[in-house]
Amino acid sequence: MAKSAFLKSSIAKKYWMALTGLFLCLFLVGHLLGNLQLLMGNNTEAALQFNKYALFMTTNPAVKLLSYLTYISIIFHAVDGIYLAIQNKKARPVAYAMSNPSKNSSFSSRNMAVLGTVVLIFIATHMVNFWYKMKFTDQIPLQTISVDNGMGGKQEFIITADYGQSKFMPKEQLDGKNLVQVGNKIYITKPIKVEFAEGYKDLHKVTYEFFKSKAKLFNVIPNEGLVFTLFYVLSMAFLGFHLWHGFQSAFQSLGINGKFTPAIKVFGKAFSVIVPILFAIIPIYIHFISK
Amino acid sequence: MSAKKNININLKIWRQKNASTKGKMETYKLDNVSTDSSFLEMLDQLNEQLINNQQEPVAFDHDCREGICGMCSLYINGRAHGPDTGTTTCQLHMRKFKDGETIFIEPWRSKAFPVVKDLMVDRSAFDRIQQAGGFVSVNTSGRTIDANATPIRKEDADKAFMAAACIGCGACVATCKNGSAMLFVGAKVSQYALLPQGKVEATERVLNMVRQMDEEGFGNCTNTGACEVECPKGISLENIARMNREYLKASVL
Ligand code: HEM
Ligand code: SF4
Ligand code: FES
Repeated sequence: MAKSAFLKSSIAKKYWMALTGLFLCLFLVGHLLGNLQLLMGNNTEAALQFNKYALFMTTNPAVKLLSYLTYISIIFHAVDGIYLAIQNKKARPVAYAMSNPSKNSSFSSRNMAVLGTVVLIFIATHMVNFWYKMKFTDQIPLQTISVDNGMGGKQEFIITADYGQSKFMPKEQLDGKNLVQVGNKIYITKPIKVEFAEGYKDLHKVTYEFFKSKAKLFNVIPNEGLVFTLFYVLSMAFLGFHLWHGFQSAFQSLGINGKFTPAIKVFGKAFSVIVPILFAIIPIYIHFISK
Repeated sequence: MSAKKNININLKIWRQKNASTKGKMETYKLDNVSTDSSFLEMLDQLNEQLINNQQEPVAFDHDCREGICGMCSLYINGRAHGPDTGTTTCQLHMRKFKDGETIFIEPWRSKAFPVVKDLMVDRSAFDRIQQAGGFVSVNTSGRTIDANATPIRKEDADKAFMAAACIGCGACVATCKNGSAMLFVGAKVSQYALLPQGKVEATERVLNMVRQMDEEGFGNCTNTGACEVECPKGISLENIARMNREYLKASVL
């Protein structure tokens, strides 16, 4: 390895860009499949399914391993990418007075660092809004369900687990009063004051409230839910442009250029359009369509 | 043949006394340029006009003037070797330009290609890359083996020839937004990597040439593909991919 400076040489840096970039593409697919569950609407059933998924994603050891790989990839990809971009700027100290790059290369290919930096800013705000809250704070309430208390009023219960599948509370401890039927589903519930870990953090609700919020952003910009929705949609457009060039570029970096290249290019373009659009549909649906 | 036609043009040309002074764009007017003349003949005409006016002529590189030596350079109207593809500057003709047009002429811009004077740049960085590994070692003490004695697959021979068509002009570096030399180095690595004669030194070749390339201060390829479009010899990006494979093989194995 030493003989090739496997981290420092220009070509080695490209391998790492390509490997981390492609790994992040895989991550995008996984993340998207999970998030698409948000399109099932704003109801207890859908919320519960999503919240269970979210819990699984934050606790399952295999998922944890993948998520650490993802963090490392993002950091490495961003640092390496920005470092490369700075080096590349230095490779041409005097700019051309007249340059016509659109004649020989695509917009995306010439602006990978700018596009990537916007994506990085997006990822940072996105993580503060959801990931950080979910993992490190108790700002996310447990999912509750509101049930007739038989006296004409309503009572809130925390949903802890499906009937018979309790994760946090052994089945034997179940107390008949806390079984609640809604439609044909039975939920195990507990009165609202329980240990924090015994329910499902209601990430579904937090997400819906985030994109539906009518509050003022920074106390000035009205209808922050709309602002967030637009920001998310716009960020996905930047991601799309990044991938428009990036996906197929990664294969070239890894030395794969041959009979599969036309297919890789078509697939990459489809990927770069479809994946960001599906991501963008989620906030649009929540803000404009869902109840 | 179409009727002879002359055009009048405005030129904006980079003037720089020597490597250590700062240069700037200067404007010139040149009348009566034949559309049949080549771009370099047009510059000859300008230089005559400058000399007649007791001004310093514009220095520019050229040699064969038939598209094979790679000496001519020039970034013309924002494109390496001008508006045509698959063409060196010396093979570009004035019929590609309109009467009254303003034409920008600049030297290759790259940290690794410092300007010597006006439009001339020092491309010896390419020579040093070549010297670092762009060769095969053969015994020349009277026991040389005829090259044709070694059978080579037709496809490989064709690809090696296509890579060897690189004339080292540096347009790929000049046009690349990253100032990367990967098309040149990819071509030079490929022309040997594809042939049995080149296999012996394959490992050191790619490692040494890439190391030299990085040391010279060329940028890093981001696969924009601009080089392939502007290369006068149609060198394909496949050569960069091949170099990347060779480098991986050389560093991992
Ligand atoms: C989910 C997020 C991202 C994905 C899926 C992704 C994917 C990719 C892919 C596949 C490539 C092509 C690699 C190659 O040409 O070999 C690439 C290149 C690049 N990415 Fe990203 N990227 C992401 C985020 C970022 C971020 C946050 C940055 C931060 C600045 C960034 C900066 C770059 C740069 C500068 C390049 C060009 C590097 C080069 O080819 O030398 N990307 N990206
Ligand atoms: S690869 Fe093409 S553009 Fe680059 S030096 Fe060779 S001939 Fe010139
Ligand atoms: S002068 Fe020789 S290639 Fe143009």
